[in-house]
Amino acid sequence: MQKIGVFVCWCGSNIAATVDVSQVAAAAKEEPGVVFASDYAYMCSEAGQLMIQNAIREKGLTGIVICSCSPRMHEATFRKAAQAAGLNPYMVEIANIREQCSWIHKNKEEGTKKAILLAKAAIAKVHLNEPLTAGETPVTKRALVIGGGIAGIQTALDIADAGFEVDIVEKSPTIGGKMAQLDKTFPTLDCSACILTPKMVDAAAHEKIRLFTYSEVEKVKGFVGNFTVDIRKKARSILEEKCTGCGVCTTKCPSRKTGNEFNEGLDNRTAIYIPFAQAIPNIPTIDREACIHFKTGKCGLCQKTCGVGAIDFDQQDEIITRNYGAIVAATGFQTISLERFDEFQYSKSPDVITSLELERLMNAAGPTKGELVKPSNREHPKDMVFIQCVGSRGESCREKSYCSKICCMYTAKHAMMIRDKYPDINVHVFYIDVRTPGKNFDEFYRRAVEDYGVDYRKGMVGKVMEQKDGRLLVQASDLLNGQQLLLQTDMVVLATAIEPDKSARNLATMLTASMDTNDFFTEAHPKLRPVESPTAGVFLSGTCQGPKDIPETVAQAGAAAAKVIGLLCRDKLLNNPQVAQAKERLCSGCSNCSKVCPYGAIDYEEREVLDHGVRETRRLAMVNEAVCQGCGACTVACPSGAMDLKGFTVKQIMAEVDAICR
Amino acid sequence: MVYSYYPGCTLKAKAKKLDRYARECAHILEIELEEIENWQCCGGVYPGMADELATRLSPVRALREAGEKKQDLVTVCSACHHVLKRVNEDMKTSGEIRQKINAYLEPENGYEGETKVIHYLELLRDRIGFDRIKEKVKHPLNGKKIAPYYGCLLLRPFQVMNFDDPENPSIMEEFLLAIGAQPVHYALKNECCGGYVTVEDEKFASEKSSSIMEAAMDQGAKGMITACPLCKYNLENGGLKEDIPVYYFTELLAEALGVKEQEEGT
Amino acid sequence: MREEILRISGVNPSKCMKCGKCTATCPAFEKMEYHPHQFVDMVKNNQISPLLESESLYCCMTCLACEERCPRGVKPQKLIEAVQVIKLRASGANRLKPQDVAERLDPSLPQQALMAAFRKYSR
Repeated sequence: MQKIGVFVCWCGSNIAATVDVSQVAAAAKEEPGVVFASDYAYMCSEAGQLMIQNAIREKGLTGIVICSCSPRMHEATFRKAAQAAGLNPYMVEIANIREQCSWIHKNKEEGTKKAILLAKAAIAKVHLNEPLTAGETPVTKRALVIGGGIAGIQTALDIADAGFEVDIVEKSPTIGGKMAQLDKTFPTLDCSACILTPKMVDAAAHEKIRLFTYSEVEKVKGFVGNFTVDIRKKARSILEEKCTGCGVCTTKCPSRKTGNEFNEGLDNRTAIYIPFAQAIPNIPTIDREACIHFKTGKCGLCQKTCGVGAIDFDQQDEIITRNYGAIVAATGFQTISLERFDEFQYSKSPDVITSLELERLMNAAGPTKGELVKPSNREHPKDMVFIQCVGSRGESCREKSYCSKICCMYTAKHAMMIRDKYPDINVHVFYIDVRTPGKNFDEFYRRAVEDYGVDYRKGMVGKVMEQKDGRLLVQASDLLNGQQLLLQTDMVVLATAIEPDKSARNLATMLTASMDTNDFFTEAHPKLRPVESPTAGVFLSGTCQGPKDIPETVAQAGAAAAKVIGLLCRDKLLNNPQVAQAKERLCSGCSNCSKVCPYGAIDYEEREVLDHGVRETRRLAMVNEAVCQGCGACTVACPSGAMDLKGFTVKQIMAEVDAICR
Repeated sequence: MVYSYYPGCTLKAKAKKLDRYARECAHILEIELEEIENWQCCGGVYPGMADELATRLSPVRALREAGEKKQDLVTVCSACHHVLKRVNEDMKTSGEIRQKINAYLEPENGYEGETKVIHYLELLRDRIGFDRIKEKVKHPLNGKKIAPYYGCLLLRPFQVMNFDDPENPSIMEEFLLAIGAQPVHYALKNECCGGYVTVEDEKFASEKSSSIMEAAMDQGAKGMITACPLCKYNLENGGLKEDIPVYYFTELLAEALGVKEQEEGT
Repeated sequence: MREEILRISGVNPSKCMKCGKCTATCPAFEKMEYHPHQFVDMVKNNQISPLLESESLYCCMTCLACEERCPRGVKPQKLIEAVQVIKLRASGANRLKPQDVAERLDPSLPQQALMAAFRKYSR
């Protein structure tokens, strides 16, 4: 018979206001095996933990039940406290009387009744608990960063500087990401390229960092400390070790009709191309969809002009398999498709552009060498209208429900840059709210209004119409004046909502990392573990977790790196001992369990068993305890009841149900 | 293929051309349109209030009749299409409206929105196919610049009408290309013509419709098409000094298919 | 009355984030004293009497541009219609009477226009 102690937490008034905690303790004391029961204001505090430890020692407890918040919150805390007092940590059970009880009930009587039931169930379970001991696995001391934008680069640099190896996998031909496309950055107006490109160079030159550009993660196996990843290195059709990056091939290529991704399609690029002058690696890539040689078998001009013979039309994709201890997702964002927003005439008028397109139009390295002109006729604009929140903060199928966060600030930046360079251009900004929380952010916005004369109007644009003279007519509301405005304008700039990069969904599936309904990666805890995924060993960096500006991204990238370093520093990791186990007498070797296992943790082996005096060889399920995550899927799939989960055995769960139904 | 056909009041009187050519062209395109036997006026406007039941009855009768014959219900007039489709959606999605209307009509023979309501343009695009229509064209419109005018009722609300992209529709453009005309793009093609407000304030309605026609003319349109008799009326009464003809889309279809004499200059 | 308006229209004015897109897009703006976003705000704040007295009730052309373009799915048109319907029901006073129409009858006016106008302006 176990000697059980029950500890009921008030959680201040969080629990105590809706649950009569002393009544719960009194009821628990009546249960068989319970030798001690008490309540206290904050069980998780030092005094509360001490109370538990003293009871374990003084009463010789063999199991304890804590009636408190969710085990997600403090199970680890209480296990640690029990262990310090000499009790096996897996002899601790939590009855969640906060999230599952006090927070959802209003009536104290009902709440108390339910809390008592939950306590009884946990007591019934502890009776059947057995001490468990965690095994250990070694840690591969190398990290993988997926995504080579500013988030990925910063994370990789920080990990590498701590002395660990890092690989960066980037799907496009160069690292740099969205930040490489930006002209200036808020709120300081310093040049984006000037602060990013040195970091790109550092990443490429770092002895601990290996870059896989034009590459994608194809398969992820394993678990924290021991991931095995297949990386598909797509065929560039270039022999990287021979190429000198002279770029002659790109000037000779006759295929010049493909939209230039780096310039947001505002101009065209060749089929063999280097995305931009500071690209890393500075090696061209052949876009096989656009290349005349790949389409017709002819041409081959690049091959003829290459002095070092670096063009290889027969190059194949290559699969590289590498081991990692930790994986960081840094897949970033993209702007949403504006296909369904034609009240703004985006798809009809070349003079209606996105803010990212404007970045390229204002960038000295952009398609117009930084001269702001109307895309339709290359004329100088006189009036410009900015529309905020395009696709953000909405609830229809074409919109995102969230605030994209960066638009208010970059629009203020754009407006200021335009007024600074071209004081003759009138700039109007239509906004719903101007949101500028951040250091020096509101001051920045006020400068746009007060010093640069940008015309901010509270209200949305309803419709943009092309006029006979090629100009645009903007129909908008000015809510503060109670007017409907009709503005003649030359260009309209849409502050387009951002969303996670489309590759993130597939990656999340491979990593078994969870996502929210918008496909942003979910963090393990929104406040306390913001850079970790709930999947052990997977970390989050940058906008793949939620909209962020550059300083926030860099801060989060550093935080993710710190978590990775903390993991890679350790030589061994403790496994979760609450894993599945097959009873060999009952297993029929049917494979049902391995089919449902999401982690590939179950194998089979032929083994001799002694069953009722008969010795025979059988095919039996074997759980790899280091890989098993204890999800329990196999236990329900097993037709013969051979699979059981340690710490959550069928018997224990049935005992809980019985206790509640008693 | 046989379809139930709901003409509506205006098509029987002031918009006979819209109706006649729809039927004649259907014949050529090997589509059988069976007029609903006991149809009544749709009501002209959709009764948006949840407690308006009487005004929903006549659309439901037509919908149910098509449903009993297991036929899709084809409409031509934008207003009828709008009202029928939205009332049908109410019958499908609102338990309260469905229950009360069925209780009033014939409780033992309940209608639950099973009928599919399709506009004649959707019939052309999805059931016949613009490619096939192109094959059947005898007198193509020789690149005549025509402005498609959608108005409001076919497109909005998209959630229910699900007709085309409400901000950038293309079905009329595809139709015009199929009959050999050249569609003209102008931003006002889905803006309001003034609608029934013309009964109260003719001047205001004509301001709305004239700006639409002007926008189309600015882009070089030599004619406009519409599916709605009221849109056509308003556009024609815009009071512009110079204007362009407004056709029902079925008229131009009939012209292209050779069931209608070609108009001068087309 | 506010509850009645919300019930028959099915609109929740609290969803409005005051972006003004409905008013920006309204083709009847210049005719209106109270604009679509004001209908939403005033019904929400139970300031319904001025709306009932306003000619704005009869300016809406039911083009549904406000509904389609509203980022929050508020449906201002339904609120305008609801206030209009409440007024017609309460007063019993039809704005449009058959005898008024006769003289204005244009021979080419489609039936549909009359039908719609009577539905909108009368009970």
